[in-house]
Amino acid sequence: MSFLQHDVPLSWYLLLSAVLFSLGVVGFLIKRNLITVFMSIELMLNAVNLSFVTFAYQWHEVRGQIFVFFVMMVAAAEAAVGLAIIIAVFRARSTLAVDRIDLMKL
Amino acid sequence: MHLILFFLFAGFCLAGAINLLLQTHPINSALSLIVVMTSLAVLYLLLGAEFLAIAQIIVYSGAVMVLFTFVVMLLNAGREERTLGSRAAARVGFPAVVVIFAVLATIVLHMQGIGSAHFGQGLSNAPGQSNLELLSQVLFHELLLPFEVTSVLILIAILGAVALAHVEGSKIPESGRTAEK
Repeated sequence: MSFLQHDVPLSWYLLLSAVLFSLGVVGFLIKRNLITVFMSIELMLNAVNLSFVTFAYQWHEVRGQIFVFFVMMVAAAEAAVGLAIIIAVFRARSTLAVDRIDLMKL
Repeated sequence: MHLILFFLFAGFCLAGAINLLLQTHPINSALSLIVVMTSLAVLYLLLGAEFLAIAQIIVYSGAVMVLFTFVVMLLNAGREERTLGSRAAARVGFPAVVVIFAVLATIVLHMQGIGSAHFGQGLSNAPGQSNLELLSQVLFHELLLPFEVTSVLILIAILGAVALAHVEGSKIPESGRTAEK
């Protein structure tokens, strides 16, 4: 049971963050739906936030957490605008497949 | 206890992220993303970021994911088509992902002076000062101006979203009303 009393090395948190970020990049590359591609971007943002919080814990620096707070606010604004753009694209093209949306002109 | 909670919620995180990639229906991907974000909130709690954990649940799992699921349902997004994808993604993208992950993992595993997380340990060196107290002192004194500027950012984002999603001439409600009849 002494194994369970151990503290968790912070490098595991950073490794988890790296894995989540890589999964987000893979999702960005393989997903063919506009909304799911956007979700992969959110996954990458969350992975970076986790490493910010880990480093804030390591260096006893509360500004790391405040940075995450600002990232969250910007991400919320980005999600609202991005989803509005997706709705506008869907109105113009009637599709969400990224292969069909290959022209800048709507 | 910390170890069990870490493994449990890191496992949820990874399972949710992998499920997000494997699901072909956007609504299933959105629900897996909610699992990832809520598990991340628990990990924030373990790292002494109580305020961020609550903000993560309210902002991400709540507001952002409600927007996502709402748009998925509004656009009636069906099963995504499986295509081969672009050649640029296969030739440059996937090797780049492997390289990024290898570099990150190597740096993290060879990092010197990185400690370990104790359960319930705060960020403050002063005794009796909670993390929330410390955070609000910095946020509302030193960083008050950036904090207020973000409210302008949110306002502009709201106006931009309305302007983008707005239909000119408002023909949609009229035709919708006739369709109902």
